Formats: sequence, structure tokens, C-alpha cells
Amino acid sequence: MGILEVKGVGKRFGGLQALGDVNLSVQENTVHAIIGPNGAGKSTLLNCFVGKLIPDTGSVMFDGQSLLGRTPYEITQMGVSRVFQTPEIFGDLNVMENMMIPCFAKRDGSFRMHAFESVAEETDLVEKAEQMLIDVNMIDKRHMHASSMSRGDKRRLEMAMCLVQDPKLLLLDEPTAGMARADTNNTIDLLKEIKEKRDITMAIIEHDMHVVFSLADRITVLAQGTPLVEDSPDKIKDHPKVREAYLGETQQ
Amino acid sequence: MDAILLQTLNGLDKGSAYAMIALGLTLIFGTLGVVNFAHGALFMIGAFCAVTMQRLFSISFETLDPTQTDFLGNPLKVKTPYVESWFGPEMGASIIDWSVPLAIVFSIPIMLFVGYAMERGLIKHFYKRPHADQILVTFGLAIVMQELIKHYYGANPIPTSAPDAFKGSFDFGTMLGFDPNVIIYPYWRLVYFAFSAIVIGAVFAFLRFTTFGMVVRAGMADRETVGLLGINIDKRFTIMFGIAAAVAGLAGVMYAPINSPNYHMGMDFLVLSFVVVVVGGMGSLPGAVLAGFMLGILESFASMNWIKDIIPGIDQIIIYLVAILILLTRPRGLMGRKGVMED
Amino acid sequence: MLGLDKKDMKFLLIVTFLTLATPILLQPFPEGSGLAQFNAGYPDLMQRFAIFGIFAIGFNILFGLTGYLSFGHAAFLGVGSYSAVWMFKLLSMNVLPGLVLAVIMSGLFALVIGYVSLRRSGIYFSILTLAFAQMSYNLAYSVLTPITNGETGLQVTLNDPRILGQQVSASGNVPGTHFFGIEMGAAQKIAIGSWEFTFSAGYYFCAIIAIIAFYLSLRIFRSPFGLMLRAIKSNQQRLNYTGLNARPYTLAAFVISGMYAGLAGGLLASMDPLAGAERMQWTASGEVVLMTILGGVGTMMGPVLGAGVIKYMENIFSKINDQVLHQWFGWLPDSLESIVIWAAEHFVGSGWHMTSGVLFMIVVIFLPGGLVEGGQRIKSYFKNRRGGDSDDPEHHPKQAPHVAE
Repeated sequence: MGILEVKGVGKRFGGLQALGDVNLSVQENTVHAIIGPNGAGKSTLLNCFVGKLIPDTGSVMFDGQSLLGRTPYEITQMGVSRVFQTPEIFGDLNVMENMMIPCFAKRDGSFRMHAFESVAEETDLVEKAEQMLIDVNMIDKRHMHASSMSRGDKRRLEMAMCLVQDPKLLLLDEPTAGMARADTNNTIDLLKEIKEKRDITMAIIEHDMHVVFSLADRITVLAQGTPLVEDSPDKIKDHPKVREAYLGETQQ
Repeated sequence: MDAILLQTLNGLDKGSAYAMIALGLTLIFGTLGVVNFAHGALFMIGAFCAVTMQRLFSISFETLDPTQTDFLGNPLKVKTPYVESWFGPEMGASIIDWSVPLAIVFSIPIMLFVGYAMERGLIKHFYKRPHADQILVTFGLAIVMQELIKHYYGANPIPTSAPDAFKGSFDFGTMLGFDPNVIIYPYWRLVYFAFSAIVIGAVFAFLRFTTFGMVVRAGMADRETVGLLGINIDKRFTIMFGIAAAVAGLAGVMYAPINSPNYHMGMDFLVLSFVVVVVGGMGSLPGAVLAGFMLGILESFASMNWIKDIIPGIDQIIIYLVAILILLTRPRGLMGRKGVMED
Repeated sequence: MLGLDKKDMKFLLIVTFLTLATPILLQPFPEGSGLAQFNAGYPDLMQRFAIFGIFAIGFNILFGLTGYLSFGHAAFLGVGSYSAVWMFKLLSMNVLPGLVLAVIMSGLFALVIGYVSLRRSGIYFSILTLAFAQMSYNLAYSVLTPITNGETGLQVTLNDPRILGQQVSASGNVPGTHFFGIEMGAAQKIAIGSWEFTFSAGYYFCAIIAIIAFYLSLRIFRSPFGLMLRAIKSNQQRLNYTGLNARPYTLAAFVISGMYAGLAGGLLASMDPLAGAERMQWTASGEVVLMTILGGVGTMMGPVLGAGVIKYMENIFSKINDQVLHQWFGWLPDSLESIVIWAAEHFVGSGWHMTSGVLFMIVVIFLPGGLVEGGQRIKSYFKNRRGGDSDDPEHHPKQAPHVAE
């Protein structure tokens, strides 16, 4: 029984069958990559996990509970964090403030009126946030305006904001899309480090094969809305159907 | 039955004004992506074009008329408008009489210019700014325009009369077989409705059948792609701003005889027109027109006595109530497109 | 102290001192001098500074922190005024029950309007609030006349019950408003040399409430709640995916700012016990927006500063007339004088609204950060000149601006 169990998920947009009968099981403490060509339905699938879309058929179970019909913030409160394609951070706030918000959300739930306490006096949470910043090597940037940072740093901050909540499942939507090689490698190193240091499950949607093969424990290949095959990275590399459908053109 | 017909008719003139203003607002929003809080002021300026025209035509000189004397035996001073001395008394009198319709001719270039100047001088710099900033700056501009008019024309409403030919009322009832004097409708309101139908029709035809209009419509749907085709969309959008201003101005010119123009009429109409745009669906031209007439007629129905007896004050709030209901149940309005102003 | 850090405490003390010393500070010109007309140290005007300061501080909690632009906040001001006057009519002329009811009623009103309006954001939210406010205004003028007394406005009369207080004062008039015996209308004039200072009970009452209101908003700005509100303005998507529900936060901010507006409305009625529907008109809503952006959206001091500047300018500009203009520009050659006076006439006297419109545009176009940002820019300009080019932005990444300036 995996931590995320997807059974028979289908989604149709008008005449387009975006997803048809997707079955997927993400095991605890593994990195599970979902790959596939453009339009294979990777993003649609991810959006079904986080409450942005509700599938027409099938079920999505996380840790024994259904995710369908829940709002994004409820799902996050259950322990699912998401990293976006372009880093989504609070650009108007500084790095430390960015970190404090997930800390409060983790401790206080989706809404709690703390109108007269001071943020600075929440020493436990401040320490926790600082420790996380140390872990991702950003402690010297704690007072920086988040929007003025480089893209790599923004990604790092976003990751830290997710990790400080100790999620059970981290969803990554093309975390290296549009990044330069050096930034991509940094991100891979960061993710590897996270994987080693923490008990965390990651589901990663990715285009970049380099990223996928250096991180994933298990890979699902998606084509035209249905899973083509699911296996370990080594087997996937040599799988004839995958070569044909997805890697085919790179082999020529 | 006759009451329904009467209220529908009564709602038409206000509905026409809402529709024309809302049409312009939507054009500006759809093309330039700007929320124009000064659009009501353009409507007001249009109405004051009519006032100015009537005043200009009536400028007179005084002569002593020896044939008429006052009770002391002195000759009377008689005022003769210049137009009467230039074109002869009859022609002159009818020019004055027809000054409101004549004002249309003069108001079009004026409004086009005002719109053009506004877009080039101010709005242009606000394309990339947040909607809140656009609202605020155009709100400021609206106050300035309104105060300018107040400064020169005073705070009181200025009665502006329609041509004598349209002064009477039309008895719809007898035509349709009801009792006489049940459904009476002033001619001018009928003229106003017909006029608005023509203006709205002209705008739609322009957008539909000219290449210019085609490009604008394409630009409204997908600005980037049209820009990539090497078409200078911005220039066309500027012209559309002028056209939207002219439509609002024309709505104002012809509205002058229905309600005496005053300096704050623009703001009154603006708030309602925005509600109309939202009900129709932000960015939908037919939606704006439809919602304009619909709300105008609804407002007229709500002001019927027996309805007011059931729900007191409903006539004051019906439009807002409908808007709130629609916004909550159909966030995109009646005919709104997906992805317009959704955040 | 008081739950504030050192810097904020200092800030609060400065604000308190300035507020309490206002009757002296705003009276810099001796009586009878040509500049005396620029004095602002009289009770009526100073009360307005404090009251509209409260209004703007509250508005800023919503607009400044969450970015939701409400165009209907005047409705809460009106509700506050009506509630307070009703208390004066029914209970007593003591302002306390009036203010309490004003805050409660406007809070409830804001809860209803906010609950509906906050289902939408952006321009839709602005229009919804505007629609609600216009609706309230129209109703106050028409159907609600038994409660609002329509066009005449709600007033206290000799026939009101006032079950807990006196119905008629000793002199046979309607008694004045008071706070446990301290008459709001009472004032002490002190002359020092040719200067004359007026210390009014009403002003100090408003001022103390304004300081408390300011203190509370400072606490909100520094609290986790305030942080969440700023996060809403910055990125709602991320907020959602951090496990936070934005709506109750924005609703809470909306209600709090509505209560501030109600408090301001109640104070207006406490200083002058009448309430009219025009207080709810959308131009009044526009005014508080102007105050906030003029001072600086999202800053602590900005709204107060904005409210002060607007009310001061309103007062000064509306007083200036032809005669004054001729006095000022008399030294110019005649032809030039008449041109200058012709131009100036648009902006003074009843033309004050024109000035406010122009001000609106100028601020939005040239100074989106308001006066506070303008001040900071000037400060950093001089700093840069003194410190040479060591403040090269390339090598000193931008620091987050501190919200308290």
C-alpha cells in the first residue's frame, strides 16, 4: 500500500480525454517520477492530487484518506506540499517572513487569529525557520526581499518553505524547467540531499531525463493520458515501448 | 399587460444609456485592459456639449424695436439671436430648436479628441500598472472633469429642450387596442432608443465588417498573437478608445433633454454602468448591451407602485441586488469569457 | 513594552507626543498675522484630523495589507454615525454607549458585506463593495427614513427619551455630548504672547482614541495575522498551497477595518451629534482611499499623514477666496495677476474638490508609494550623497522595506 494511491483516474475537457484510467502507487520514502511527452496529461494528473481539478472518475487516496473534493489548503494541511514550475513565493516579503508563514500554518492550522502577538516573539518557530534556512544554505539571505533574488534562490526558498512543514509527500512540478545547467545541477544536489537527510516521499513531474534518472527510484511513463509502463529507472531506460513512445527521437 | 408594456418602454431610455456607456467601458477594457472610472464623465461631457450648443446658438444681440413700446412709451429692447439674423428668422429659430440633434455633429470630433488625448496623455502610462492604480487615476480624472464642468456651468441642472417636433407624447395604447392615455410615451424617448440602437449597431457593424474591426476583435481575443503578426495593435486600440469616448458622449448629448444635465450625472451613471458591465460579463460586448437594457427595464419595473408597496425601496437597489446575485452565482456575468479578469 | 519592540515603542511614543502636542504644533503663527489663516490648531479641524486618521488607519489594514480595494467604506462610517446618534437619542448624551454601539453595528454590517464581497477579488471586489455602499446610501435616503431621517439627517431633539441621561439641559437646550461629565465642547484657551492655543476636551478625547487605534493597528501589523494579510496581497496561490485559507483572514481584516470606520463615524457624531446619508456616499469612500494612497499604502504612518494633509488642505483651500488671491498675487503685473488668479480660482473655495482630484492623479502617477515613500526617497538621496557611491545597489541587494515607516 503506497502513501499515494491513484486508481482509475480519468478527466475529460470537452472533447479531449486528458486522462484515462490512470493507476499509480507512490511508495513511502521513495522518489517517484512521472514522465511523458508534452500533452501526456502530467500536469492534469498533478492538479488532481492537489485539489485544483476534480477527476471525472476514479479515486485519489493519500495516507488512507480521499483527496477528492478537498481544497488545496486542506490537502496541504494533510501533509502534501507542492513546488511549482515557476517558484511561487511571497515576493513582497523578505526571506525570513516567507519562512515564518508555513511555520504558522503548520502549527495553527488553516486559520487562526493571532492579531496581537508579535511574530518576532514566536521564538520556537523563528528557530525552526532559521534552522531550515541553514539547511538550505540561505541563512545569510534572511533579510533579503524575496522578489529580488535569483531564480535558483527562489526555488531553494520555495523548497525550504515546503520542507519546514515536514510534509509526508512533496510534489514537484518540473522543478528545473527553464533553468540553466548549473542551476539544474544545484537543484538536483539539493533534492538528493533532502532525500538522504529526511524521511520524505517525493513525486516529481519532469521533462529533463538527466534530472529524472539521477533522482528517481521509480518511474511512471505517461502517454496520451494513460500510464504506459511503470518500473525502475534502469529498466525504463531499456524498455522498448518507452524508447518508441518517448525516448525514440533522442536515439536517432 | 399594458402596465408591463409601459414599464418596458420606460426602462428603454435608461437602458439605452446604460448599454451605450457599458459598451464603451467594455471596449476599453477588452482592448486596452484598462478599467476606466472616468467613462461616466465622458457621458456627462457629451450632455454638456448639447447644453453648450444650445447656448451658442442662442447668443443674441439687442436692438431697439420702435414698433413695440413699453408702458412709458419707450421703444422695447428686443433680443435677436445671431443665427436668426444670419439665416433669417425662421431658419434661425429652427436651428435653435434643433440644437440638440445638431450637437451630435459637433460632439463627435470633440469626444474623439477628448478620448484620444486621454489615452495618449494618461491611460497609455497605466497599461502595465495594477488595476487598482488604473481605477484610482481615472477616478481622479473623473473628479477633475466633473469639477471643471461645475466651475463653468454651475451646480444646478440645466434644462435642455428637445426639438418642438418631438415634444409631444405618443399614445401607444390606442395603436395596440388599449384604452387611450394608458401607455403614453414621449417621442423623444423613442428617438433616444432608436438613436442608441443605431449607434450600437454601427459599432458592432464596424467591428464585424471592417478589417480594422477584425483586427481589433482579434486583438481583444489574443493580443500577443496579433502583435506577433506585425500588426500595430496599439494604434488601433487608441482609436478604439476614441470611439468608446464618442459613444459615451453621443449617449450624453441625446440624453440631455430627458434629464437636465448636471455635473454629477456622469458619476451616477458610471457606478450603474460598471454594474452593468459586470452583470453582462467583463469583456463581452453583447453582454454589456444586453445587461444594459435588461437592468434599465428591471429598474423601471421595480419602480411600479404595487411592487414598491410589497418591497419598499426596491427601486433604489434593484440593480445592485441583481449585480450581487449574478456575481455570486455566475462570476463571469451573463456572457463573460473565460479567463477575463479572473484572479 | 506593551508587546512592542524598542523601535516600535519609540515610534509609538513619538506619535503619541505629536498627537498630544498638536494644539500647539499646528498653531505656529501668531494671531492677527497674515499667516494666521494657515493655523490649524482649532478644535473642529483637529478633531477631524484624529477622526479621519482613525478611518484611514482602519482602511489601511484592509487595503494596505491585503490589497483588497474597497470602494464602499463610507457606508460603515455612516452606520457608525447613525448608531451613535441613536444612542444619544435613546440612552444618554454620554458618548461611550454611542461609540460602543457604533463599533458593534459597523462590525456586523461589515461582516455581512464582507462575507458576500470577498467571494470575489480584484476589480469585482471593488465593484461589489461600491454596489453595497450605494445601496445603503440610497436606502438611507428613501425607505429607511424612519431610522435615518432621510435628507434632513438624524439629529438629537428635546423630545428624545434619553432614559439614562438628562432630556433637557439646565438652559433648556439639548444637552451636549460628554464622556462621564467631561463636556466634548469644553475648551480652554491659553494665550502666550500673541499666540493663542485652544485645548479642547473633544480633541483630546479623539486623540486618545486615535492613539489607541494606532497602537492596535501597530500590533496587528507586527502580528502573525498581519503577516498573513501581507502574504495574501503578495501571493494567494502560495498561501493556499501553504495550507492557509485566505478567506477568513481577509474577512477578519475587512471587519476590523469596518469597525475602525464605524468608530470614526461614531466619533464624528460624538463631536457634533448629527448624522446624514451623504456621509455614506461613494465620494466619501473615495476620500479615504485618497488619504491612504497619499500618505502611503501599507505603511503605518502614511494613512494618518494622508488624512491630516487632506483635511488640512480641504480646510485651507476652501477658505481662500478672491480677495485672498488678490492679496497674494497683488505684486504681479496686472495682466499676469489676472491670469494667475484665473487659474488659481479653479482650485480654491468651492473648487477644493478639483484640487483633490488633481492631487489624486499626481499621487498615483508620480508617487505610488505616497508621502512616506517620497520622504524615504529624499532621505536616501541625501544619504547617498554623503556616503558617496558605497550604496551601490548592485552590491547591496535590496532589503525588504520595514513596514513601520
